[in-house]
Amino acid sequence: MAFDSFSAFLAMEGHGPYVWACYGAFVLLMATLMVWSLRRRKAAFDACRRGFEETRNTGRTAASGAQATFARVNVSQD
Amino acid sequence: MSADLRPEIKPVSAGVGTFAAMKAVFGRDLKVAFRQKQDLLNPLLFFVMVVSLFPLGVSPEVSFLREAGAGILWVAALLSVLLSLDHLFRHDFDDGSLEQLVLQPQPLFLLVLAKTLAHWMLTGLPLVVLTPVLGVMVHQEGNSIAVLCLTLLIGTPVLSLIGAIGAALTLGLRSAGVLLSLLIIPLYIPVLIFGTGTVAAAADGASVGAYVALMAAFLVLAVTLAPFAAAAALRISLSNG
Amino acid sequence: MWQWFHKLGSPKWFFGIANRLMPWLLAGGLIILAVGVVWGLAFAPKDYLQGNSYRIIFIHVPTAFLAQSVYIMMAVAAVVTLVWRMKLADVFVKAVAPVGLVLTFLALFTGAVWGKPTWGTWWIWDARLTSMLILLFLYGGVIALDRAINDEKSAARAVAVLVLVGVVNIPIIKYSVEWWNTLHQPATLKLTEKPSMSSEMLIPLLLSILGLYLLFGWLACIRMQTEILVREQRTKWVREMVMAGRN
Repeated sequence: MAFDSFSAFLAMEGHGPYVWACYGAFVLLMATLMVWSLRRRKAAFDACRRGFEETRNTGRTAASGAQATFARVNVSQD
Repeated sequence: MSADLRPEIKPVSAGVGTFAAMKAVFGRDLKVAFRQKQDLLNPLLFFVMVVSLFPLGVSPEVSFLREAGAGILWVAALLSVLLSLDHLFRHDFDDGSLEQLVLQPQPLFLLVLAKTLAHWMLTGLPLVVLTPVLGVMVHQEGNSIAVLCLTLLIGTPVLSLIGAIGAALTLGLRSAGVLLSLLIIPLYIPVLIFGTGTVAAAADGASVGAYVALMAAFLVLAVTLAPFAAAAALRISLSNG
Repeated sequence: MWQWFHKLGSPKWFFGIANRLMPWLLAGGLIILAVGVVWGLAFAPKDYLQGNSYRIIFIHVPTAFLAQSVYIMMAVAAVVTLVWRMKLADVFVKAVAPVGLVLTFLALFTGAVWGKPTWGTWWIWDARLTSMLILLFLYGGVIALDRAINDEKSAARAVAVLVLVGVVNIPIIKYSVEWWNTLHQPATLKLTEKPSMSSEMLIPLLLSILGLYLLFGWLACIRMQTEILVREQRTKWVREMVMAGRN
């Protein structure tokens, strides 16, 4: 251990603000990037699922033209 | 645009030599440019105006201008070339003659080289001719002005060649002008550094032979590589539809 | 060999492999990075010249190192895109460019903050900081061009050409910036004396580089998967996978 106490560790002999600003920015940006990437992947998955369910539904109701149109309108408002 | 103003690229048969085709492309671009003289004048006016902004905006002191003059002229020339790049392929793209160019049997990169050369004759070369006048206005000494002209003479073709890649990549896109600047400015930095560095060395009384040789090496590198990249980029942009 | 190459280009195959790799990359990356950083922050000895501010090195060097090697990786992928038209290569370039941008920004930011206690100023036109700034411009250009072209295929190929033009320029830019720097600042301040670095500082540094590499691998995998899902949303394998509910 290079420091005597926890407060000495935080202060870093006066260089604390610089060091912690760097590490803070690093953690913040990397975490944002990771969370953003995860959420985009989930959103892409959901979009795919919605698309497939939509085609399945419209496929089922395709017998009646009016109903099919109605279904499409419904989905597009979603 | 009327057919009268913009002569078509004549279909050149496969039997015509590559050099003849390059000459035809080069001559046509010059002819088109001289029929629209305003387009020729605009970059030059821009160049003069940007240079005159620095004494007004920073300082008209002789000592400042003597030190910064070469850099100011170089940056202004760089921006002026950048501004003119949008025209390099744009009109030909709009009226479809660019597709004719791509379909020619001669290697596309040589035709692109001919077009770029014409572009340099119309923008870079006039800037070099204008430089002594502006050099005097920013208090450069005779020796510095001569070196400045030399570096611009070697450097502006490099700017045109690298710029051709950017112009080809951004062809037909929305807000192509701003995008073109974003892509190209980082690539211009080495030319700018060595161009102004050479003048600084000359002002210090050092010999400039090595610097000029390095800039010439940039030019050789740009002439050999840039037309390939620009030709590839043109094909991509045209297939974009 | 060729079959392997062909398989590597198949998005479906990649998706499965990435799914299996990602937990390891994430766990390994986080653990190794944490060990390196904690070691560097709390246990490595103080630098006799710079005091404790040198501890920024344990993230500054990894981000700067990775920012540069990501661009090189993108250039390799660009060659593959142009020569073999491999789908995954251009998915990689597109997925990874924003990560490279963030890493370059972090390298610049940590470099600037480090400069304040060391040089007494936030920004100095030091050769390395300047060439990182230009790298940031290059990443920005790649992302802007990709966003500007609507057609997916020509976007991929145009971006590949731009990345290659950039990679030819990187050594020239680096060299010219260094030359320019010595011209303007005769007494250059060095961040660290590399050879004199003790092993107690070097090992945590290498660990954090490795950790960040693994973390980058995870980010690349997850972002490539997203891009593949968007592009292949009409295909049968995506449909089967999505409907089976496997994430």
